[in-house]
Amino acid sequence: MPTKHIGQPYDRSDARDKVLGRATYTAEHLVPDLLHGHVISSKIACGRITHLNTDHALKIPGVIAVLSHKTDFKTARFDLSYKDMDSPPGSPFRPFSTPEVKFAMQPIALVVAESTELARYAARLVEVTYEVDPHNTDLMGSLSESKAGKGLRAGVESPSNRGDFRAAYNKSEVQTSSDYLHPSQHHNPMEMHASIVHYHDEKSLTIYDKTQGVKNSQHYVTMAFGLRKKNVRVLSPFVGGAFGSGLRPQYQLFLATLAALELKRSVKVQLTRPQMFSFGHRPKTHQTVSLGASRDGKINAIFHHAVGETSRFEDYIENVATWAAKLYDAENVEQQYRIVPLDTYTPLDMRAPGGASGLYALECAMDELATELKMDPLDLRLKNYSEEDPSAGKPFSSKALKECFAQGSTRFGWDSRHQRTDTPYGKHRGSGMATGIWDALQFPTRAAATLASDLKLEIRIATADIGTGTYTIMKQIAAEELGLPTESVDAKLGDTDFPFAFIQGGSATAASVGSAVRKACRKVQKQLLKEAGKMKNSPFQHADIDDVVFEDGLLKRKDDPQMQTSLKQIFADRDIDQIDKKCTWTPNLLKQRKYSMNTHSAVFVEVEVDADVGFVSVERVVVAVAAGRILNPKTARSQILGGVVWGISMALHEESYMDNSLGRFINHDFANYHIPVNADIKDIEVIFVEEDDTVVNPLGVKGLGEIGLVGVPAAVANAVFDATGKRVRELPITPDKLFAEP
Amino acid sequence: MPETSGSPLPEPIPITLKINGSSHSIEVRPWSTLLDVLRDHIHLTDTKIGCDHGQCGACTILLNGQRINSCLSLAVMHNGDEITTIGGIADCENLHPLQQAFIKHDALQCGYCTPGQICSAIGLVSEGHAKSREDIRELMSGNLCRCGAYTNIVDAIEEVMRSESSTT
Amino acid sequence: MRPFKYNRPLDLATASNAGTSGSFIAGGTNLLDLMKCDVEQPSQLVDLNHLGLGSISETADGGLELGALATNTTTAYHPIVQERYPILSRAILAGASPQLRNKATNGGNLLQRTRCPYFFDTDSPCNKRVPGSGCPAKEGYSKLHAILGASDSCIATHPSDMCVALRALDATIRVSGPHGERRIEFADFHRLPGDQPEIETSLEKGEVITAILLPADGFADNFAYFKVRERASYAFALVSVAAVARLEGNQLKEGRVALGGVAAKPWRDLEAESLLCDQPCNAETFGNFADALLQSAKTYPGNRFKVPMARAAIVRALSEATHLNQL
Repeated sequence: MPTKHIGQPYDRSDARDKVLGRATYTAEHLVPDLLHGHVISSKIACGRITHLNTDHALKIPGVIAVLSHKTDFKTARFDLSYKDMDSPPGSPFRPFSTPEVKFAMQPIALVVAESTELARYAARLVEVTYEVDPHNTDLMGSLSESKAGKGLRAGVESPSNRGDFRAAYNKSEVQTSSDYLHPSQHHNPMEMHASIVHYHDEKSLTIYDKTQGVKNSQHYVTMAFGLRKKNVRVLSPFVGGAFGSGLRPQYQLFLATLAALELKRSVKVQLTRPQMFSFGHRPKTHQTVSLGASRDGKINAIFHHAVGETSRFEDYIENVATWAAKLYDAENVEQQYRIVPLDTYTPLDMRAPGGASGLYALECAMDELATELKMDPLDLRLKNYSEEDPSAGKPFSSKALKECFAQGSTRFGWDSRHQRTDTPYGKHRGSGMATGIWDALQFPTRAAATLASDLKLEIRIATADIGTGTYTIMKQIAAEELGLPTESVDAKLGDTDFPFAFIQGGSATAASVGSAVRKACRKVQKQLLKEAGKMKNSPFQHADIDDVVFEDGLLKRKDDPQMQTSLKQIFADRDIDQIDKKCTWTPNLLKQRKYSMNTHSAVFVEVEVDADVGFVSVERVVVAVAAGRILNPKTARSQILGGVVWGISMALHEESYMDNSLGRFINHDFANYHIPVNADIKDIEVIFVEEDDTVVNPLGVKGLGEIGLVGVPAAVANAVFDATGKRVRELPITPDKLFAEP
Repeated sequence: MPETSGSPLPEPIPITLKINGSSHSIEVRPWSTLLDVLRDHIHLTDTKIGCDHGQCGACTILLNGQRINSCLSLAVMHNGDEITTIGGIADCENLHPLQQAFIKHDALQCGYCTPGQICSAIGLVSEGHAKSREDIRELMSGNLCRCGAYTNIVDAIEEVMRSESSTT
Repeated sequence: MRPFKYNRPLDLATASNAGTSGSFIAGGTNLLDLMKCDVEQPSQLVDLNHLGLGSISETADGGLELGALATNTTTAYHPIVQERYPILSRAILAGASPQLRNKATNGGNLLQRTRCPYFFDTDSPCNKRVPGSGCPAKEGYSKLHAILGASDSCIATHPSDMCVALRALDATIRVSGPHGERRIEFADFHRLPGDQPEIETSLEKGEVITAILLPADGFADNFAYFKVRERASYAFALVSVAAVARLEGNQLKEGRVALGGVAAKPWRDLEAESLLCDQPCNAETFGNFADALLQSAKTYPGNRFKVPMARAAIVRALSEATHLNQL
C-alpha cells in the first residue's frame, strides 16, 4: 500500500551524517572547560565499604575530586524521587547513598580530573577496603526460593490461565515436557553509556545523555536533585544503539550531575566496556514447558512456568510466560512467571524482553511435540492456529500469520528441506522453524510542527532514534501529509525542549511518534485550508478538509484538481510567516479495547553443523513478518535483519558468565562476551506480509523492533536438532554443548 | 603488587600527526593513545570508541594507508605518520564510493560502528585479498555491529569491489 | 594506564639495556590492552620499531627468517610464506582481526599473555597476576583453559594461533640481550606454569626477540590448521590443531601435531608422535595418536569437553593434512 512517501524505500535520512562521521553522539558534544569522570566499580558483590582512601589520587596534579558515599551531598530523600518511566516495583539503586554494596561492579566512587587519562590513572590510586558479606548470585541453586513479583509496569501483563491444565495433560494421548535455560545477557550497544553535564549555575544544566528517552532522564535528574524542568535540558540527538540499555537513566547520569553540581563545573562521565556489564541485563531464566496433545496434533494442555532473576531491591518482571495462551487455542493453559532475588543489579528490558526468552522455550517445546507426534512442525502450528486471541477472548486487530507461514515456507523451500545432498564432508544440514509474536504497543505522544512560508517544515518530538529510523519515518509521514518533498522536512528529536514522547521501547515508537506527526501535520493542513479560504476569490471558501488534497506544494480540490493554489501563495496572500501547531495523540482506547493487537512472524532457518566439533553455522534464514503497514521497506528490512542477528546471537553466542563464587560477571568484554561477527551472518531474507489494520492506529503501523528477533532462537535450536538429533536445552548452543563425543 | 602511591607524570612529548591531510603539532604524554588524541585532545570525534581494547573495531583508522585499531596505538609512537579517519575519506562533499554504497544498502542503523566499518572496508579493498562474499565477511570480522547490519555491509562492499575491479 | 617513560632506541644494544628496567613494545596490541586493564604496569616502554627488525628473508640453509618486527599481516601474505609455509599463513589468519594483524608483530605474537578473564580482571584473584592470590578459573570460567601441562596454581593457556604452527614447524627463535645473541628452540621458549605462573617464557631480562627462523621443510603439501572457536572469526581457540605430515603413498612416515588452546604453550607430544611414524593413514592411526597425546589430560568442571573435542580436532586435522577423505 505504498503512497507517495509512505511505504517508499527512502535512504535513512541521517545516513549521510553517519557515513561522514558527522553524527554527534553523547560523549562527543563540545562543552568548554570539561572535566572527565572515571567510575570506580566495586570488587565485591555484597557487603560494605569500610575504608576509602583518596589521598594518593588527589595528590596527582590535575585530579580535581573523588566523590563517593563519603561526599556530603544533598539529593532527594525518598526512593520515589529516583523512579523513572521504566522502574520496576521496589527501591531504585541510589549511587553513593550508603557504603553498602549490593552487587559486583557497583559504582562506589567517581574520580574527576582534567583529562580522561588522568582520571583513569587516579582511579587506580584510590584504596578501598570492604567488609564482605556472603552473596548469592546463583539462580539455578535458588529456584526453590522463587516468589511472585509485586506489581507490574507499562507493557507487562500477568500470565493468564484457563481451564485445568493438570487434568487435561494427564488425559492427553501425547505428552512432552522439558526444561529450558538461557543465561543473562547484556545489551552492549556499540556506544558505551555516557553523560555530559554542562554546568551553567547551581540551578541550570544542559545535559547530553545516552538515553532512549530524554524526558525520562530529565524527570530523573530533576526529581533526584531537586531541580526545575525548565532549567534542565537533556539532549540526545544520536544514540549509538541501546536495545533497552537506555530505557532507564543509568548511573553515569546521576554521577555526572552530582559531580557538576558539587564541583560547579561541567563534567563528562563515560563508562568503560566492562562497566557496561555493571547494570541492567536480560535476566537468566529457567523455564518448563509441558504440552499435552491428541495423536492428530491438537494441543489441549499447555504449561509454561518460568523463573527469572531479579535484584534484592527491585522486582523485575517481564512477559516470559504469556505468549502460549495468545498463540495457541488449547483449552487448558497454565502460565506463571516467578522471580528469585539475587545479589545482582536489577535486570532491564533487553530487545524483546520476555518474548525472546519465553518464545525460545515455547517454540522449542512445540518442535519437541512435533517430533513426538512425527508431524511436520509447520503443520502442528497450523493445526493449533488461532484466528482470535484465546487469552483475551477478542479478535486480533489483524493477524496475517498464516500468510507468513505460507510465504515464508515457500520461499525457504520448507517442503523440500530434506532433499539436499550436497552437504560437505563431516557437516550436517538441518532446518527448523518457529513462530514469533510481539505486542503492538503505543503510547500517548505529543508533536509540534512548524511550516514556514518557504515551505520548510519542521517536526519536533522528544523521542529517540537509536538506529531504528525514527528520523526517516517522521520525515516521510510529514511529507506525505503536507504534500511536500521529504527534503523540505526537518525532523528533530532527542531534546527535552520538544513535546513529550515516552521512552523509545517496546516497538512502540513508529506507531506512536508516527501518529503524532500525522496529527500535527493535519492541524497544519486545517490551518492552511482556513487561510486559503480567506484568500480573494478562493475556491476553498467552504471546503472541508476531506474535500481537499495536499500535493506537490499545492492545495487542490478533490472534485476539481484544477482548483488549486500553491501553499506559498497562501502564506504570501495571508501575510503570515509560519504556521505552528502542536498536538497530543493518544491511542483510540475505546476502539482498541475490543481487540488484541500483535505482530507475528514465521521464521525458517537452515544450519550447517560441523558435528565433529559442534560448530553451528546459520546458513540461511527466511523470516516473514506481519506488522501492519510498512512505512519504509528499506529501514524496516534493516530492523528485521538486526532482530534476526540478535536471535542468532542469543541462540549461539551470547552469555554473561556469572562466576557464582566471586558473584561477578567475569567475561565482561567483547573478547569473551561473544556477539556475532560478520563471518557468522550469511543469508537472511525478509518478507513483509502487509496487514491493513484500521484499529491499531490511523497509520496502520505496529512496530518492528522486536518481532524480527523473537522466533529466531527457537528456530535455530530446532534446526540444530534436525541436523544432529540433539536437543540442547540450554542457550547458547556453543560447541562444548553439541559436539559428538566419540 | 599494584603500586598505590602515585608516580610523577612524564613530560608531554611534542609530535606531529598528519590527520586527513592537515598537520597537527601537539604535545602528548606517552600514555595517550591515537584514539584519545583524536577524540579528546583535538576533538575529532568522527572516530568512535567502542571498547578501548581492540575488541570491536569502532576506532578503526587508516595509518599510512593501513587499517588499525587506534585504541591500541600510542600517539608518541606515530610521530610524522599519516592518519586518515572517516572525516578524511570524502572528497569535500563528494562521498567516497563506499560511503555512497553504505547509504544505498542501508549498511548502518545506529551508525556508531559505521566510521570504523567504512575505514576498515577501505583497507580491505586496498589490501586486495578479498575475492568473494565469504572473504569480505571474514576480513570484515574485526568490526562488530551490534545493530546487525552485517549483510548490508557486505552488499555495500561487494558492490564497490566489483565496480572497482571492472574499471581497472 | 599508569605513567611511564617512553624510550625509542635506535640500536639493539641500547634497547636491550633499556629493556632491563622497562617493557619492550612493538605493535602494542596486547601490551597496551593489559596496561589499560592495569595488569601490566611498566615504568618505561622501550619502542622496538626503529631497530630494523622487520624484514623477511631466506636463510643459507634454505629456511626463512621472519623478522621479529614484521607484522602478522606482512608475514601471513608473504609470497614465500604462502607458498612454502602455508600452515603458518593459515594459522596467522585464523587469529585476531585484520586491524590487529596489521599492527601485531611476530615477536609480540610469541609474547602474548593469556586471555584468561580472571587474569584481565584486576578485581579477581589470579596467581599469574598476583602470585598467591588464587585461581578462580579452576572452579569457574575455564572454556579457554588448559587440559595439559597446567598446575594447581594456574590453568591459563597461551592464546596464539601463529605459535601453534611454529611449534609444528620446529621453528627457532633468535634473541639478543645484554649477554649477546642466542637461539632458543621453540619447544623451550614458553614455560609451563608450575608454581610460578607469572614466568611465561625463557627470555632473560633485557633480551629482545630479533627473529623467528623456519627450517627448510614447510610441509606445503601435507598440512592443516584447524581451529575450534565459538564464533566463525575473531575469537580465541577452544582447541586448535596444527598438523603436518610426510607421506609415502598411503603410508604415514612422519606426523607432527601441535595443539593450541589447551596448555600454557603450544603443546606437542613427541612420544605420542611416534605412533604416527610408519603407520597407515587412517582414522584409527589418528585416533590412537590422539588418545595417547591426551592420556595425561586433566580437566576442570568448565572444560571437560575439551578432551573429546581435542581428540576430534586432532583426527580432523590429520585427516585433512593427509588428504584422507580424498583418498
